[in-house]
Order: sequence, then structure tokens, then C-alpha cells
Amino acid sequence: MALSQAKMDATEARLSGLTLPEDGGWISASRADAQTRLRAMGMPGRRDEYWKFTRPDTLVQTDTPQAAVFDVTDEAPVFDAIDRLKIVFVDGVFDADASDDLTLAGVSIERLADAGQTDIHWAKDIYGVLETNGQVPVERPLAALNTAYAEDGIVIRATAKVEKPVSLIYLHKSTTSDATLHHVIKVESGAELTVLENGPAAARFNKVMEVEVADNASFHHIRAQGRDHERRAATHLFGRLGTESVFKSFTLTANGVLTRNEVVLELTGDDAQAHVAGAAMGDGDFHHDDTVFITHDAVNCESRQVFKKVLRNGATGVFQGKILVKPDAQKTDGYQISQALLLDDDSQFLAKPELEIYADDVACSHGSTTGAIDEESLFYLQSRGVPANEAQGLLVLAFLAEAIEEIDDSEIADDIRDRLEGWLKRHRD
Amino acid sequence: MLEIKNLHVKLEEDKQILKGVNLSIGAGEVHAIMGPNGSGKSTTSYVLSGRDGYEVTEGSAELNGVDLLDMDPEERAAAGLFLAFQYPVEIPGVGNMTFLRTAVNAQRKARGEDEMSAGEFLKVVRAKAKTLKIDADMLKRPVNVGFSGGEKKRNEILQMAMLEPKMCILDETDSGLDVDAMKLVSEGVNALRDEGRSFLVITHYQRLLDHIKPDVVHIMANGRIIKSGGPELALEVEHNGYADILAEIA
Repeated sequence: MALSQAKMDATEARLSGLTLPEDGGWISASRADAQTRLRAMGMPGRRDEYWKFTRPDTLVQTDTPQAAVFDVTDEAPVFDAIDRLKIVFVDGVFDADASDDLTLAGVSIERLADAGQTDIHWAKDIYGVLETNGQVPVERPLAALNTAYAEDGIVIRATAKVEKPVSLIYLHKSTTSDATLHHVIKVESGAELTVLENGPAAARFNKVMEVEVADNASFHHIRAQGRDHERRAATHLFGRLGTESVFKSFTLTANGVLTRNEVVLELTGDDAQAHVAGAAMGDGDFHHDDTVFITHDAVNCESRQVFKKVLRNGATGVFQGKILVKPDAQKTDGYQISQALLLDDDSQFLAKPELEIYADDVACSHGSTTGAIDEESLFYLQSRGVPANEAQGLLVLAFLAEAIEEIDDSEIADDIRDRLEGWLKRHRD
Repeated sequence: MLEIKNLHVKLEEDKQILKGVNLSIGAGEVHAIMGPNGSGKSTTSYVLSGRDGYEVTEGSAELNGVDLLDMDPEERAAAGLFLAFQYPVEIPGVGNMTFLRTAVNAQRKARGEDEMSAGEFLKVVRAKAKTLKIDADMLKRPVNVGFSGGEKKRNEILQMAMLEPKMCILDETDSGLDVDAMKLVSEGVNALRDEGRSFLVITHYQRLLDHIKPDVVHIMANGRIIKSGGPELALEVEHNGYADILAEIA
């Protein structure tokens, strides 16, 4: 369908302020292609069904909405105690001085720009490719925008079991920064890689991560988005899973005025396993959107989506989650749960769980609930001497437990749990 | 220990439940309340422990001279009040052990005492759990989740044993228990009896009072205590029902 004039104008207005990065080597062709695709689909607008619950305006507009820099002084940075290889970006620009040496056994790490200069590069088969695949059946223009205009990012290829996590740290220092990062990751057959991400990144952040998990490989991803109240982010995680591969991703979001996290996974090899989980906590001006699309295109695969949100003072949570089971994807085991705990009457949770199943021998279940703290449980705890706010904290953590359990590494899970407890302590009446 | 005077309570929807309850329990005493369904027994226990939804329209309730009705539930607990629930609440996601330690330490903190160390706590809880035949698995599981009726009631008594309250209210602790479980629970309660601790046992059946021997038995009907006496009163109810007593005061 032809684009409306208004949408075309909005798209051209956005693109007019941007220039395609030059001298990208083989990446230039991907960028030009992405720009063409973007022009054909147009920037997301309020009338788009896929943006029904989240207004894209501030993610699309040419001028970057400002976001004050928030200094965290009341807790150590997340993952601080974890032994990891640190790669630092400041407002979306790689900071070599602050980063560790990019050498680690079992993995090769380079900057996107450097990868572009190598004519025959493995990342060529992934950069913009998984993103393009992910545009069907639903268009994701912000991801195409990213592929076209991202100048920085990291390219990681794991060929063995990597001993420590690769940690991407996103610092935010400018109130007007508009950061675009595009990472490409390949976990080769039999290899294992953990990638950590944390930090607010910028006033406005557009990030794409494309991950190819080969046969028998395993990829773990744990992310903690920054506590800056005014930051905005649109992120896409595209994954393609081979036979008997494992893909597990967990995201913690505490604060942020607007966050849209999209995860698009394709299970293409038999017996693959994909788990995507998230815990989001919002107080006041907070809009958090998890949009997930998992396609089962192979036999005997398992996928889990576990999303929990705790909302208060008018915060809004959104969940759009879909499991698509293609005709040949027999023995699929799909599970999807999205739940919100509303701590007052002003907050809201908007959920659209979807199953589309074309195979006849599958087990898929989904559930979505919105509720308040259970008064009976609260009274029971209080009657044992636990003060009301502490009792509420216990019940909130219990509510979030199922999502945190999706993190395999107990040290990282404990770190995440500490963040949640910290948030609860700070956001008590 | 517990002084209830002329207590009037109505539900939020305006239904008057208690219509002038008077009850005085001395230190170390065990009192039992029996009465027909709907007489206000459970309401009494909930009002004393501070549950939402009840409005006290008249009267007072004091624990060792301190006004109970003015306190939050957790303050009442720290002051020494404990309610063993008729239907203990299941709390998925909160481990039983975490729950117990949080409760014990919250009360100690409220009383200005030092928190119990993890090691010390573990030692105490294991010893007490053993006498109530609560195994390690029950301590690890989420609070009351998947517990049988008997396990839930034993877990209530374990909480009581850990919190060492001064005034214990047992709301139909015998309901849903088989003979052996009732014996076990009663032994748990009896082990806690001492001159500084009082009990209010709410029950429908005299049988529980064979195990937990009361000093005084009260009959409650229509929101009031209509008759008080010794243990023989419970036997009378067991044999003749409430009809005679109700007729007597009518």
C-alpha cells in the first residue's frame, strides 16, 4: 500500500537531518538498502496498529528530546562485581580509553567501522540481514533507520566457550545526545557467549543487535537499562537460532520516560530453545513497551516469554507478544506470560498476547494478568510483624521472581535482584 | 494481659457483628471461645489483629494496658499479639524461611533489639521445626504453597514458636485436622504455655480442648459473650448443642 502523504513527509523530514555514513566498505550497500526500505515503509506514526499503545512521536521527531543526566550515587553500577570485558560507549560513541583491550580467548571483537573495511567478512551475512528478515510480517522502521545510519557498534564472533562476559556499557553525558548503535554477534557452532549491557546510553537511544546462534551454540544476554528518568530508547534484538541452540535474554528496566524493547526471534533449527524475559519497574512518568515476535520454523523447539511489570503513580506498561508456529514446526512448546502489578489506581497495563499456529501437534500457552498487591498476603505478613512497606516489597519481589529465574548465572541474578530491592526501597510511600 | 471492654464492631457495609464483647484474660491463662456459626468469633480475632474492613464503633481492647485498636497490624505483632489463622495464606514466591526470618527480625527491630544472625536463626528454627515434624523441604518452599491442611496449621504454630508472642489467638486451628495432626498441633501449643503467655482458643469442638486444656470457656452468640464457665461448659455444648444456653438467656 502506498504511503500516505503525511507519513512520507514525516519520513523525509526525519531523513533530511541525517546523512548516510560514508566509506563504510561493504556496509555502505546495506545502509543504502536500509534507507530504501525505510522510505518504502515510512516512519512509525500514531495510527499504526503496531504503535497503538506507544506513541512513537518522540522517537521519530528530528529534534532530540532533552534528557537530564542522572548521576547514580546510591548504589554501585550494575555488574560492577562481575569479571567481564568492558566496552564503553559515551553517548553512543566508542570510548577506547575507558574500554578494556578487546582481546579475549575464544572470541574476536572489533568495531563496526573496522569490520566494514574487511572485504570478506562474516558479519556481511548478518548486518541488516536479520533486521530485514524481521520486517515481515510487521514493519519495524526504527530498526531500518538504525541499519541505515548507525556509525558505531561492535562486532563479536565467538568460536569457543568464552570465559567471561562481554559487557557493553552505555554512558550518558550529554542532555541532547541522539545515539545509534548497531551490534552484530555470531556464536559459532558449539560456542558459548554471554553479553551484558547496561546504562542509559543517551538522551535518545536507538539500538539494534543482530545475533546469529549457530547449531549447538548458546547465547546469554542480560541487560539493565539506565535509571535516567528522562531517557528514551527504542531497541531491537534480532536473533536466528540453529539446531539445538540456546538463546536467553533478560532485561531489567527501572525508570526511563519511554522505552520500547522489541525482540524478534526465528527458530530455524530443530530442538532450539529461546527464552526472553523482562522485569520493568516504573514510577510516574514511565512508559515501557515490550514487543516480542517469536517464529517457530523447526521441529521440537521451545520458547518462553516471561514479562513482569511493577507500575505506580500513573506509569504505563505495554506488552505485545506473539508466537508464530509455522506448518512444519511440530512439537513446538511455546509459553508466554505477561503480568503487571499495579500499585495504585492511576497506573495501567496494556497487553496484546497473540498465538498464530499452523502446525497441529504443538503445546502453546499464554496468559496475561493485571492486578494489585494481594491484600490477604499483605495482612498475613503484617500480622507477623513485617511493616507494610517491607511486606509490599517482599510481595513485589515474589511477583518478579519468575522473570529473574530466567537468568542462569546466579551471581548476575543476585545483582539484578539487588537492583530491584534498591528500586523498591527508593520508591516507597 | 488482654482486656476487651464493650467492643462493638461493624463491617464496612454497615452490618453490626460484635455488640458489646467483654473479655479479660490474665497472664498465663488459656481461654476458649465457642459459639454457633456467625456469632462473631472470627471477627473478634481479626479485629484484635488489625485486619482491614472492620470498624470499631464502641469499646476498647488493650494488651498489657496498651490500646491495641490504635496500632497497625505489625505494631500489634511487635507488642506481642499473634493470630494463628483459620486459613493460612499461601504466598507464592516468598520462601518460608525468608518469611520467618523477616518476621522475627522485624519484630526484634521494632522492639529495639538486635537482629538474629542467619546462623543463629537457622539453628533455632531447625530445632523448633523438628518438634513440629516440619521437614527441611517445608522450610524451603514458598509460604504455605502446596502445604496440606495439617502442614499449614503446623506452620502457624512454628511461626508462633519463633515469634514468642505474649498473647496467642488460635482461630479454629483444629479445622481440617485429623486426630494425629490435632495432637501434634496441640503439643506444639502446650509446649509454649507458660505463666507469661496467654491463649485465646476459638473452636467449634470440645475435642481440641481435651488437648489444650482451658481455664475458662466462653460461649459467644449474636456478637456477645453470653455465658462463661469452666471446662465443663465445653462438654455441655458438645452434648446438648447451643439451644439450651441460648434459651437460658433469652
